Amino acid sequence: MKICVLVKEVPDAAVTKRIDPSTGRLDRSGEKNLNPYDTHAIEAAMQLKEGGELQIDEIVAVTMGPDSAVRALHKAVSLGADRSVHLSDEALAGSDVAATGYALAQTLKRENPDLVLLGQQSDDGECYTIGAVVADHLQAPSLTQVIKIDVVDGGLRCERQAEYGYDTVQVELPAVISVGDAINEPRYPSLKAIMGAKKKPLDALKTADAEIDVALVGASGSQVQCGSFKAPPAKSAGLIIEDEDTNDTVEKIVAWLDERKLI
Amino acid sequence: MAGILVYALHYEGAFNKNSLGAIAEASKLAGELGTEAHAIVVGESVPDDLAAQLGGYGAAKVFVVEAPEGLAQPVIDAMAKVMTDNGHDYAIFGGGLLGFEIGAGLAARLGAGVTMEVTGVGVEDGKLVAERPILGDSSISESRYKGKGIIIARLNAFEVPASSGASAPVETVAVELSPWSTKAKIVRRGEQRGADVDIEGANVLIAGGRGLGKAEGFEQLEELAGAFGGNSAVAATRAVVDAGWYPYAAQIGQTGKTVAPKLYLAAGISGAIQHKVGMQSSENIVAINKDSNAPIFEFSDLGIVGDLTQTVPTVIEAVKAKKGS
Ligand SMILES: Cc1cc2nc3c(=O)[nH]c(=O)nc-3n(C[C@H](O)[C@H](O)[C@H](O)COP(=O)(O)OP(=O)(O)OC[C@H]3O[C@@H](n4cnc5c(N)ncnc54)[C@H](O)[C@@H]3O)c2cc1C
Repeated sequence: MKICVLVKEVPDAAVTKRIDPSTGRLDRSGEKNLNPYDTHAIEAAMQLKEGGELQIDEIVAVTMGPDSAVRALHKAVSLGADRSVHLSDEALAGSDVAATGYALAQTLKRENPDLVLLGQQSDDGECYTIGAVVADHLQAPSLTQVIKIDVVDGGLRCERQAEYGYDTVQVELPAVISVGDAINEPRYPSLKAIMGAKKKPLDALKTADAEIDVALVGASGSQVQCGSFKAPPAKSAGLIIEDEDTNDTVEKIVAWLDERKLI
Repeated sequence: MAGILVYALHYEGAFNKNSLGAIAEASKLAGELGTEAHAIVVGESVPDDLAAQLGGYGAAKVFVVEAPEGLAQPVIDAMAKVMTDNGHDYAIFGGGLLGFEIGAGLAARLGAGVTMEVTGVGVEDGKLVAERPILGDSSISESRYKGKGIIIARLNAFEVPASSGASAPVETVAVELSPWSTKAKIVRRGEQRGADVDIEGANVLIAGGRGLGKAEGFEQLEELAGAFGGNSAVAATRAVVDAGWYPYAAQIGQTGKTVAPKLYLAAGISGAIQHKVGMQSSENIVAINKDSNAPIFEFSDLGIVGDLTQTVPTVIEAVKAKKGS
């Protein structure tokens, strides 16, 4: 069996994010890293492989993104993927969620995986729906925000929290599953794995290689046009206290609460 | 006719409050567009009179589809058919996990545009325009759709009016499910993990997150809530509920409760959007977090940058002393 893990390169959490006024898109320059949520998906793939209940022959990391995204793939490989696939093409720039999901699905079709795993959300775009888009194109059952996976009857028994409590769902393979960050504690890559990551096979694809209809991707192929960025209604800034002397800080907290008759 | 179709989520015979808000909003927008807002209910043996009640929130018609409950993909099949057969140009969701999954899958199916976490919708040149806060809510972007548009609201984005008591005509639609939609099956739905605590009526909520470090951290928060006395309770984030540190019934946010107490004191909570949507209407928000860049400081009234293991015990003593005096 083959597992494909979708990964993404995102601005490092420490970098201040902003919209580039000239393009209206997120300014993705600056320090970048593998989306931290994706490390849980790679770990979930590793645990399925090591668990041995399914015969997992290969774990493949797949990304769509600019040249620099190769680093996110190296990181994914250092965490356990056997090889990686990088879809990169000027034609893809500015793709919205639906267009990105379509392009990823086309890329995945070449690999024909038995399971697609991805993280619960991307750290930059604040999106947690790409899995549902990919699944519809692949015509596969799908679930997001999964925090427990067990192999039952050759399929996956998944648990997740939905709006009325915890749901348990039995999913047949092939499937597309996004995992929540509570599913596992991702391992740290060994030095050897980090050093070896660049030597693992990496397939670089253009849109034509994945039979992507360029009329359906990029800014022009996207169905949503985003723009007219404006500031949200101003909220008066709160009072911030740096805790240097705890007794002093707590005295201020209590006075603040007392003033508002909250004690 | 550029009609609007709204997904009405229901569970154990009651509609989700956010779905009702979405219907009311859609009905207002439909009025401006000169069209109608319709609702769709997907489930097992949904009674006609239950579905008809959606008329009280502004649905001009309600479609009912027989299909398994609790999963997104059967609803995608149902909505795709109803929208195609009836020419709806827009679909609106009141938020919630299923809404996000259905909306995104539906966009893929229909080749539509999709916007999530929407906080406001308006009409411009006979089309809907959706507002979505981005970059940690520091900016708002507007989405316009080239063709069909799918709008997934943020939790509590729309007001829920009282029902007018009107009843809507109900149309039952037979939908053939896609083969892959039947390959996921609910084994168990709505399991309540942990004790059945009641936090919704509390005036003071002491909330804890992953920053507590371990389940035992909640004992201190319970002590603090006890020190406030009266109507106080302890609440939690999804991160700690998923970890089994605190009961699901105490969870605030997207897939938990929405609260608006007089005081919300958050200890070791980062302030993720999905948490914020459940507590941002609190009258006074106090946050204790050791990271001065934590998003929670953007919307707290009093922020303490410091280690909670030091501050919380001292606050407990101080509140107790104050109460004793
Ligand atoms: C579809 C979806 C639905 C979701 N629904 C919900 C929901 O209903 N409710 C919800 O809460 N979340 C929900 N989430 C998850 C949400 O995105 C966050 O992951 C979650 O709220 C984070 O919880 P947290 O603040 O406890 O943990 P973290 O984000 O890990 O934050 C912990 C904080 O503690 C601070 N800290 C650590 N140690 C200390 C210390 N010693 N002293 C002081 N501060 C310290 C850290 O600086 C950090 O800011 C949802 C996510 C998705 C994708």
